[in-house]
Amino acid sequence: MNYFIIGFYALVIGASTLAAYYQKRTTFILLFSLTLVSFVMGIVGGESMLWAVTLLAGIIAFSAGVSYSFREFLVIILPGDMSKEVKTAPLTAGFGLFVIFTYAISGIFAPIIAPYGEAEIISSAFALADDNMLLGADQLGRDMFSRIIYGARNTVGLALLATILAFLMGATAGLYAATKGGKLDQLLGRIVDVIMSIPSLIFSLLLLSIFGTNTTTLIIVIAIIYSPRVFRLARSVGGNVVVMDYIEAAKLRGEGTWYLIRKEMLPNSLAPLIAEFGLEFCFVFLLVAGLSFLGLGIQPPTADWGSMVRENATLISFGEITPLIPAGAIALLTVAVNFVVDWMLYRSSGLKE
Amino acid sequence: MGDIATIVLKRLGLGFVTLLVISIIIFFAVELLPGDIAQAVLGQGATDENLAAMRKELGLDRPAPVRYFEWLGGALTGDFGKSLVSQTPVAEAIGTRFGNTLFLATFAAVIAVPIAIFLGILVALFRNSVFDRVANVVTLTSISSPEFFLGYILILFLAVKGGYFPAIAKIDEGMSFFDKLYRTFLPALTMVLVVVAHMMRMTRASIINLLASPYVEMARLKGVPAWKVIVKHALPNAWAPVINVVALNLAYLITGVVLVEVVFVYPGIGQMLVDSVTKRDFPVVQACCLIFAATFILLNLAADVGSILTNPRLRHPK
Repeated sequence: MNYFIIGFYALVIGASTLAAYYQKRTTFILLFSLTLVSFVMGIVGGESMLWAVTLLAGIIAFSAGVSYSFREFLVIILPGDMSKEVKTAPLTAGFGLFVIFTYAISGIFAPIIAPYGEAEIISSAFALADDNMLLGADQLGRDMFSRIIYGARNTVGLALLATILAFLMGATAGLYAATKGGKLDQLLGRIVDVIMSIPSLIFSLLLLSIFGTNTTTLIIVIAIIYSPRVFRLARSVGGNVVVMDYIEAAKLRGEGTWYLIRKEMLPNSLAPLIAEFGLEFCFVFLLVAGLSFLGLGIQPPTADWGSMVRENATLISFGEITPLIPAGAIALLTVAVNFVVDWMLYRSSGLKE
Repeated sequence: MGDIATIVLKRLGLGFVTLLVISIIIFFAVELLPGDIAQAVLGQGATDENLAAMRKELGLDRPAPVRYFEWLGGALTGDFGKSLVSQTPVAEAIGTRFGNTLFLATFAAVIAVPIAIFLGILVALFRNSVFDRVANVVTLTSISSPEFFLGYILILFLAVKGGYFPAIAKIDEGMSFFDKLYRTFLPALTMVLVVVAHMMRMTRASIINLLASPYVEMARLKGVPAWKVIVKHALPNAWAPVINVVALNLAYLITGVVLVEVVFVYPGIGQMLVDSVTKRDFPVVQACCLIFAATFILLNLAADVGSILTNPRLRHPK
């Protein structure tokens, strides 16, 4: 027994006793389950496992603190209505907003933040981290940190473009089908059914094997594969809007189909489409990352998180965490977007049970 | 009962038509190649004689619809043509690999399904408690992580640092069943983590939906004990959504397996698909895509038929 272990258990047990004494139910349950978990962990893994638990708890506490202060910051700088909304947001949503904000900054200002260029070879392969290179070098001797920063621009940018294209195609077709109805609606519906019945990763592999892998093809292929989901949503939301009286009135005024879609249908079906945009982005982003990981996405020397994982994967067998960093960057952004979407869906559905 | 039979038959028919359309897409997508397969394989520098010889060998001189029916007929009898790269029959290579993939997917499903349904019902019962909120955050994180992230984390901690399991899941025919289980444990665990999260969330949503319905409230108000409400009132109606959730996630397993196989160098059909996409070996790509799509559709079909059979209200559509 050394001082760390004694101190650790004294701290968790003391904290849970305090929480119980002051009748803080939630805090007590959290702290006490932490105590139980660390008992088991301590017996199984010894002191090093307890350090890991401490580190994990520290990370969680730190991110909770960051999300709390970022949420308060948003409450202060946003105008009245919006700040009220943000005030009621759960901490997870605050965390999501903060991560998205950070990624956006590093993507937009990549050339200023990154110390080296994305394809610049500055040292030997797999060089260790030093003052010059925060995260070490990759398999060709390029600075890992700079490539991560540039990856935020390339990977996220490509996924964003593909999502936007999928939305333009899917939403336009969906609203058009809802407005027009009839044979065209049926036909589009059947096409969408067929595309959706092929698993997306498999379908994109098939199409990419045929059309080759360059960035433009990649964006178009992904947009085609994901637009059916948007189509279905736009079609069903539009189906409810199209029977409204104001649409009837606009039709009687003699407005054209395009006007109806743009000025009457779209504004009234926007809310669910925006929530869907976040979800869709996650799917597209994971697909892009997966394809790049398989070597079929964004091509070298462009920095991209998916291919960085594959290129540095051999380091894992030496116990290095380098390949986990870009993979973690992918996971972190998807988690963040999902947290925000979760909050938005909860708010719009009005589920309070 | 006659009614159910027709609905199920209709659904099966629709599934069959979808499969047919997909086989058409998979076959004719390759026809979209600039030039044709021979040109794509031999490259720009090929001489006319070489091209003509290759076209003749692949039977490209005949019209596409004829070749499609030959291909489809072959695929139905287990003959997928010859690989362009190795010149061996595709079916031979696919046979054992498909078996391996099914083994891995089944392994993962056997662990994941009971855990997910149990935990899903549990969080639905304790909804909005601390337990539920923590579960929500953990499952969201697990869903959002790419499979290769989870896979490499498991390799790092359980294989490289811990040394409990092998990092590379190499299996072959001669191994005993338990040896295979031991070697495929890490890839199976990776898929279990993702699928359990998905399934838990879907189970939770459908159970909560159910518990909010008026007849459950009625049962509660008349004083039925909580466990009896679940077992007698909620559970019979919960089967349909739960069966749906299970089948949908099994379909997800089939496609998620591609990335996991690549991470763990597992000799399955997913890795074969990726390899042949890079080599532009079209017969293999087509065969793998057809198999994946067919499995996916069959499982979705099973989900639909299962929910029709277990849900009395779906038996009489209005």
